[in-house]
Amino acid sequence: MARASFSQATWLVAEREMKTFLTSKGFWVGFLATIAGLFALTVLPTVFGGDDPKVAAVGSAVQVVQGKQLDVREVADVQAAADLVRSDDVEAAIVPDGSGVKVLALNDPPNDVIRQLVASPPVELLDPSAVTSDQRFITVFVFGMLFLMFGMGGAAIAQSTVTEKQTRIVEILVSTVPVRALLAGKILGHTILTLGQVLVLALTAPIALRVAGQAELLAVVVPALGWFVPFLMLGFVLISSMWAVAGALVSRQEDLGSTMGLVMLAVMGPYFGVQFFFENPAVLAVLSFVPFTAGVAMPVRMFAQQAEPWEALLSLSILAATVVVILLVASRLYTGSLLQTGARVKLSRAWAPAE
Amino acid sequence: MLTVRGISRSFGDHRVLDEVSFDVRPGRMTGFLGANGSGKTTTMRIVLGVLAAHGGSVSWNDVEITPQNRPHFGYMPEERGLYPKMKVREQITWLGRLHGVERTVAQRNTDQLLDDLELTGRANDRLEQLSLGNQQRVQIAAALVHDPDVLILDEPFSGLDPIAVETVLDVLRKRAASGVPVLFSSHQLAIVERLCDDVVIISKGRIAAGGSREELRTRHATARYEIVVAEDAGWVRDVPGVTIIDLDGPRAVFEAEPQQVLAEAVKRGEVRSFTPVVPTLDEIFKEVI
Repeated sequence: MARASFSQATWLVAEREMKTFLTSKGFWVGFLATIAGLFALTVLPTVFGGDDPKVAAVGSAVQVVQGKQLDVREVADVQAAADLVRSDDVEAAIVPDGSGVKVLALNDPPNDVIRQLVASPPVELLDPSAVTSDQRFITVFVFGMLFLMFGMGGAAIAQSTVTEKQTRIVEILVSTVPVRALLAGKILGHTILTLGQVLVLALTAPIALRVAGQAELLAVVVPALGWFVPFLMLGFVLISSMWAVAGALVSRQEDLGSTMGLVMLAVMGPYFGVQFFFENPAVLAVLSFVPFTAGVAMPVRMFAQQAEPWEALLSLSILAATVVVILLVASRLYTGSLLQTGARVKLSRAWAPAE
Repeated sequence: MLTVRGISRSFGDHRVLDEVSFDVRPGRMTGFLGANGSGKTTTMRIVLGVLAAHGGSVSWNDVEITPQNRPHFGYMPEERGLYPKMKVREQITWLGRLHGVERTVAQRNTDQLLDDLELTGRANDRLEQLSLGNQQRVQIAAALVHDPDVLILDEPFSGLDPIAVETVLDVLRKRAASGVPVLFSSHQLAIVERLCDDVVIISKGRIAAGGSREELRTRHATARYEIVVAEDAGWVRDVPGVTIIDLDGPRAVFEAEPQQVLAEAVKRGEVRSFTPVVPTLDEIFKEVI
């Protein structure tokens, strides 16, 4: 009988991880909630903000409001218009005032109505940006959330590792296959799971955007998504290997919190870093080359057309190199701590050469 | 044959194993005895290659075992471990495949083992739904699913009720009979006495005694005999050179040159039994550690 090869062992471990995940309710609840959230995020603003404001108009004011994006109701006199405003049937009333008109409203100036009545001066952009700051905000938000979501999802690797230590099946596993195959299998399994989820989201996002009537935003997001996916995947491998070590250092689920802090920081860092600094091109440029923040920062810069493709490729290479280094470090720490039970294993002890 | 030669191991300054040597012969059940903390588990882990030795070697059929060249071990760790949420049949099959067994073979072996261990009805239950005794049987199946070359079992019988012990014993005996060396540790000396062919006794990290059960008994046999006669056996104490160990009505246990006592007994009347007292494993164990 042949021994399972490294790749066979890795795949068997990956397969088990995926199966365990795909048969757990928690996974499906979380994933379906994410898809629902995505739809809500894109569709709801159009549903709630879509209607034109309702106004009442009197006499000569009717001409003024015609052709504007307002839902106009003609009334006989100012008194009737004011009553409609008071009874909240309309947001505002437009009534004649000398040669022009004035707006009646209840407690606050109705800005959306006023905006329709003001003549905006013509604007000429000398260096037009393809992306509005609103669109950029949405992209930063969505990329950041996805990175955060999948990064935190990697905690499952830590949990699965602790389960193996806690139940001591790890002794059987380690006496059967190389420790590296265990680590590789876990990362591979969860990376495939994440990739699958990203693909489903990437396929549903355009549908959501179309339903929301934001097809033009789609045209801008899709190329950015193309950059986001490789960054997200490499970023995920980077964080997964850290999760695996966090799990290997402790022996019980209850102790996991003590080692998860650093990894959480590595996951939250990119999210908050980019949320805070996306309006600051200089800081964003730096963040887009730091491996832990590049996953969000560089795709956002590509989206905002602030970076050239070679910059993205360079950043991707830096990320890939970091992944290799972290994997090697993680593999040694994982090996060094996997069979140590009891108290939390110190990093120095895990790193120490095998006795 | 599995050969352990001169293995040592320390944890920090504490020497846990000191020049441990023994053999596990094919087709034989070898009992590995020792008090708690005597080094049984450490020895087993070194044999399995899970832990490195600080000296000595472990060989399989006269070839030193390296990570690249290891026989297929069937291992049952002392601290039981399987995935609690995985179904029994699926789990055993998966472990078999992890050992390199092809899927269909692993499935066939799993079904056979579950049948032998009387677990077929629980095949599709999650492990955590089983009683501890049944989980233990599953653990045995996990150690056997890949038709291992050598079996290393740490306390395979602890936590089993007497019926389960018999079921598990049958399964293990079958393996041993097919030529697989079986090394198992236990502190239940009665069980070991009954089923092992060879015994290795470890004490404070050193091998205190080893060999076949019979050899060991002969080696540790004393000049001790038991005689049962029809009448009172009080006269035995007056035979020259006799040391009485126990005297109770017609029964006497003594140490002496036996023929003289026997001759005297025959002269005095009926002799109901006259036997050398064979030391139990329990006695040998207490003597050597």
